[in-house]
Amino acid sequence: MLGFLLRRIALAIPTLLAVMTAVFVLARVVPGDPAQVILGDQATAEALAALRQRLGVDRPLPAQYVDFLSGILRGDLGTSMVTGKSVWAEVLAVLPYTIELTLAAILLGILFGVPLGVLAATRHNRLPDALTRVLSLAGLSFPAFVSAVLLLLVFAIELRWFPVISNPRSGDLLERLQHLALPALNLGLIMTAYITRVTRSSVLGVLGEDYIRTARAKGIGRRAVLWRHALRNALIPVATVIGLYLGTMIGNSVLTEIVFNRPGLGKLILGALNQRDYTLLQGLMVIFAGFIVLANVATDLAYGLIDPRVRAR
Amino acid sequence: MTEPVLAIRNLAVEFRSRDGWLPAVRGIDLDLAPNETLALVGESGSGKSLTALAIMGLVPGPAGRIAAGSSIRFEGEELVGASEKALDAVRGNRIAMIFQEPMTALNPTMTVGAQIAEAIRVHRGLGRDAAWRESERLLDLVKVPSRRRRMHDYPHQFSGGMRQRVMIAIALACRPRVLLADEPTTALDVTIQAQVLGLLEDLKREHGLAVLFITHNLGVVALIADRVAVMYAGEIVESGRVEAIFAAPKHPYTLGLLGSTLRIDRDIEALQPIPGSVPAPGALGRGCAFAPRCPRAVSRCETEPPPLEAVAPGRLVRCWMPA
Repeated sequence: MLGFLLRRIALAIPTLLAVMTAVFVLARVVPGDPAQVILGDQATAEALAALRQRLGVDRPLPAQYVDFLSGILRGDLGTSMVTGKSVWAEVLAVLPYTIELTLAAILLGILFGVPLGVLAATRHNRLPDALTRVLSLAGLSFPAFVSAVLLLLVFAIELRWFPVISNPRSGDLLERLQHLALPALNLGLIMTAYITRVTRSSVLGVLGEDYIRTARAKGIGRRAVLWRHALRNALIPVATVIGLYLGTMIGNSVLTEIVFNRPGLGKLILGALNQRDYTLLQGLMVIFAGFIVLANVATDLAYGLIDPRVRAR
Repeated sequence: MTEPVLAIRNLAVEFRSRDGWLPAVRGIDLDLAPNETLALVGESGSGKSLTALAIMGLVPGPAGRIAAGSSIRFEGEELVGASEKALDAVRGNRIAMIFQEPMTALNPTMTVGAQIAEAIRVHRGLGRDAAWRESERLLDLVKVPSRRRRMHDYPHQFSGGMRQRVMIAIALACRPRVLLADEPTTALDVTIQAQVLGLLEDLKREHGLAVLFITHNLGVVALIADRVAVMYAGEIVESGRVEAIFAAPKHPYTLGLLGSTLRIDRDIEALQPIPGSVPAPGALGRGCAFAPRCPRAVSRCETEPPPLEAVAPGRLVRCWMPA
């Protein structure tokens, strides 16, 4: 298992390198001079040149590239052009809230999605199956910002069960959970819909396998066959979906964090975009890429835990 | 003949289609005595595997079902229409089954030991440790080397032949009375085939098993079977003792099967394949199902289905023009 882990991590290194190169190139081909953006139209040529020198953008591209990479290797992502704080400080200040939100959404998704998917598969082509299929399709087709607004209208404004503005910094555990509930539910619904559909089709496929027939021929009851034999095999694709979702959490959390006015990486990236904070943006992209690679490694690890055949490879 | 342990009467299995329920197995009668090996022979699609699945109560639903009027009595107990709970008590316990595909018939995410021990724990009520020790003994019985280590291995770490031994160990875990073997050696190399057949034969003798052996390999039949039942298009067309049938096949289909078997003492030109293939359940005519492919067919064969009749003691043939 340790060897498997190390192999996976080693394979992730070239991926990360490619992503960082792409980030570097993208940041350089974006039109406009960062110094000009920062100092504005009225800036003098001397001021611009001085700032370019300070930012390091006056040096040849290969030298900048080496600087950029060696900075990352040293764990230095640079400083924000707007606030002057280090990118790491900006990120670490809000990272826990995004992680909290994502984990809660995934937890909700697994908690509801797996049982619903199993239910639909075992009642294949009957009413529970049809209902789950329609509901999960609805969950998938609903844009996250629309469902966020609806959740706010119903549970925060009409029923007043939860706060309108999600402030994760506040108070004790119960209060924090209250602030987390609606944003997590919003992302969790999408996650539930995904997991339900994948679990359903995966369980259906597995139930047709030969080894399920073998288990039935052993005299194992339907229920035990489902939970002991089918589910573990059916969870392999489910783990993939969760892994992919971890990667796309950025896009979804951006919208959710904006609607609920909740701090997090999503709001940070939006702010950086609005303020043309190139260094912050560049650092954030590297961090996101790192997250996606990490999510993929975690997914592969989950495979290894579920499926002994993967471990052997 | 001694009291049969398994008595099948008028067994029919049907499948739902756009044109209603179509019969895939049509009115089968079979008796299986203790210590006996009965070979069920026929081409793919003749209904032999379905017959075995019907005995296990595992006809794939809801598209398939055992038709009304069928009867499968095991040690006097009617299995058709029995509750799932009653069937679960019989399956894997008193009637066991092994399947054709050893590569896919074992759960890839469970250790081999756990898969053997599972049946023991369910049916024999043994605790975890006792079931594990018993599973080790069974692996020994089916001659899996270094069993202690192998118990913790997963199916993908086993070869096809070794997996089939594991399947046999699972099947024998609860000392069944009847073993249904659905082409257990078809997917194996010839040398491994012989080993597995030898193992089955030994186990049968030691445990007094009744074996229903499904195969299309007549060489295997000659080697292990006491009696043979030949199936065609869901029906039994000929049955009898293995020597009698090999010496003098009566039904043209049996003749054809024997004629299309390779033999070392004959030239390949002597092979006489049966033209055409088994008709689909919905495509049966009024008369004998084999008539369209039969070299001996006369006009009566096209219009009137022949009955299964005794032509000698213990010898049944379904043909208007037996050889």
